[in-house]
Amino acid sequence: MRLSDAAISAVDALRLNKLRSALTMLGIIIGVAAVIAMVAVGGGAREQVVAQIRSLGANLLVVMPGNITQGGVRLGSGAASTLTDEDSTAIAAEVPNVQVTSPYIRGTAQLIASGVNWSTSVFGIDLGWFEAREWEVERGREFEPEEIARGAQVALLGQTVARNLYGGLDPVGQELRIRNVPFRVTGIMARKGQSTWGQDQDDVVFVPLNTARQRVLGRNLANARAVGAIYVKVREGESLAQSEDDVKALLRQRHRIQPGQEDDFSIRNLADIAATREASARTLALLLAAVAGVSLAVGGIGIMNIMLVSVTERTREIGLRLAVGARRRDILRQFLFEAAGLAAIGGAVGVVIGVAAAYIISNAAGWPLLIQPESVLLAVAFSGLVGVFFGWYPALRASRLDPIEALRHA
Amino acid sequence: MALIETERLTRLYRLGAETVQALADVTLSIGEGEFVAVMGPSGSGKSTFMNVIGCLDRPTSGSYRLEGETVSALGGDALAAIRNRKMGFVFQQFHLLDRLDAFGNVELPLIYAGMDRARRGERAAAALRRVGLGERMHHRPTQLSGGQQQRVAIARAIVNGPKVLLADEPTGALDSRTSIEIMALFQQLNRDGTTVLVVTHEADVARYASRVIRFLDGRVQGDARQAPTDAAADLAALRRAPAPEPAGAAPCG
Repeated sequence: MRLSDAAISAVDALRLNKLRSALTMLGIIIGVAAVIAMVAVGGGAREQVVAQIRSLGANLLVVMPGNITQGGVRLGSGAASTLTDEDSTAIAAEVPNVQVTSPYIRGTAQLIASGVNWSTSVFGIDLGWFEAREWEVERGREFEPEEIARGAQVALLGQTVARNLYGGLDPVGQELRIRNVPFRVTGIMARKGQSTWGQDQDDVVFVPLNTARQRVLGRNLANARAVGAIYVKVREGESLAQSEDDVKALLRQRHRIQPGQEDDFSIRNLADIAATREASARTLALLLAAVAGVSLAVGGIGIMNIMLVSVTERTREIGLRLAVGARRRDILRQFLFEAAGLAAIGGAVGVVIGVAAAYIISNAAGWPLLIQPESVLLAVAFSGLVGVFFGWYPALRASRLDPIEALRHA
Repeated sequence: MALIETERLTRLYRLGAETVQALADVTLSIGEGEFVAVMGPSGSGKSTFMNVIGCLDRPTSGSYRLEGETVSALGGDALAAIRNRKMGFVFQQFHLLDRLDAFGNVELPLIYAGMDRARRGERAAAALRRVGLGERMHHRPTQLSGGQQQRVAIARAIVNGPKVLLADEPTGALDSRTSIEIMALFQQLNRDGTTVLVVTHEADVARYASRVIRFLDGRVQGDARQAPTDAAADLAALRRAPAPEPAGAAPCG
C-alpha cells in the first residue's frame, strides 16, 4: 500500500465521524493552544524584562552607601552618607577595566515653567552619567565640563517632564524653575521607557551634581561630598565579578574598614538581577513544559481511547481488508495514520488558537508578541508524535486481529 | 499438476478444554477451471476448508499446494500477497465498506497491490462493468439492492484477476431469483477461466456447479462430478413464467 493512499484513507475515516474526531482532538487543541499562548506571552514578557534591564545600561555595577547603626538604631541600606564623589573618581582611576563611573544624588522637587508646574525626580549627575547609563540627549546638548565644575544652573529634561511642562513646544533654551531656582534647559533626553520596577524613567530632570547639592536638594549635613550612589561601568567583555571585588577592596581601603568589619556600602550587580530574572523565567518555562506534557498526555489518552473504540467498531472492515490482501503492517499503518492525523490536525488547530490568544493577551498587556516559528513547528510535530505513541497500541491490536474472527464479528 | 492440492489437511481448534477437529485428513485436488460446490451441514468443516484454501487460515497439519507452491509453509506477508493476487472472496454479508462507493470498494484490493491511481481506475471500472454495474459505479452500498451489493463484492473479488474465486454462502442473504442471477454470473466468470469454489448448504445452489464435494464432521464424505444446470437458462425460463417479480431484484446487466 502506498503512503499517499494510506493518508487519504486515514483522512476519509476521520471525516466520516466529524464530531467524534473534533471532540477527540479537543484535548490536543487545548494543550497546544495553551502552550503556544503561554510560551509566546512568557517570551514577550521576558523580552520586555531584558529590554528594561538593558535600558539601565549594560555591564553596570551600582555602589550604594551601606546601612549604619547609630546608638543601636539600625538605619536602612542607603541611609549612610559614606559614599562620595571622590570614591567615584578613585574607582575610575584605580580599578582596572572600569570604563566610566557616575556618582549621582537624587531628590524630588517641584518644577515650574511658564505657569505650569510638575513634581518630579531631580538627579544631580556628572558627565559620566550619559555613558554609564547609555542615555543620549535627543535634542539640544549635554552639560559642558565647565558647567559641571562650576555648578551651572542648566537642566536636561526627560521626555515625560518636557511633555508635561511644555506640551508640544520646544523647551530647549527655555527657562525653568526648580524649587524656585532658575535654570536654563539645554536639551531633552532620549526616551527610556519603563524601568524594571515599572517606573517611568522619563519622568526626570537632570542638573549638574554640584548644582543639585548647592541649590536644589541641599547639602548632606554629615558629608558635603556625599552621593546617593555610584554607577560603575565595566568595559565590554571584562568580568563584572572581578571588578566588583576590586571596587570592594578599594572602597574598604578608602573607608578604612578593618578586616572582619562589615562594609559600609553595598554593590549590586545588574547582571545578577538579570540572571535572577532569567532563572525565574526558566522556572516558568519548565512549568509551562510540564503543563504542556500533562495536557498532551491527557489528549493522547483520549486519542487512544477513541482509537480503541474505532478498532472494535471496524473489526469487520479490518477482517475484510486482511482478506483482500492487506498485510498486518498495512493495518497498523492505517490506524497509526488516523491517530497521528487526529493529533497533528488538533495540534495545528491548537497553534492557530494559541497564536490568536497570545496576540490578544500581549495586546491587552502591552507586551511585545514573540512567537517563534520553531516552537509552532515543534508543537505540531510533537502532537503528531503523541498521536503515534498513543495510537500504537490500538493500531497493534487492529493489526493482530484474526481475519476469520474479524469477518464474523457482529 | 492441479491448481489446488491438499494432503491430509487437518485443522484443530481448541475450545476451552476440548479440541475440535474442524478438518480431518482432507486430501483433495481441484483442477484449474473447475466449478466446485462445497456442501455440508453447519460445523461440517466446509467453511474452515474454504478459509484454509483462501489462505485466511493455516492448517494444523498436512500440506496445501497452490499451483505447485507449498502455501502451508509461507509467512503472513506472503499469504497476504496470495490473498491479494490469487484469491477473490465473496461473503454472505457482502462486507462492503459503507463509506466508500462501489468504485472505492472494488478499488480496495488494488490499493493493497500498490497499483497507481490511473491503473486502479481502469481495472475497477472494467470489473464493475463485467458484473453489470457500469452505470452504478458511484453509488454507495446503502443505495444498492442486495443483489447489486453482492455484484459489487464479486467485482471486488475479480478485480485483481484471481486464480480462485471463493464464495461463502454467496446467496444466503438473497432471494431466489437474485440468487440465480448471482450463480449465472459465477458460471460466466467460470467459463472465462476462473476456478470457482462455492460453499453452500443449499442443493439449489449446488446444482449449478460441475463438481460437488460434501463434508461431514471435518471429513470428505462425497466427491462427485455432475452436469451443471445452466443458470442463464433458468433465468430466461423465470422471465417467461407469469410469476410476479420479486421485489428488489431488478435485473441488471
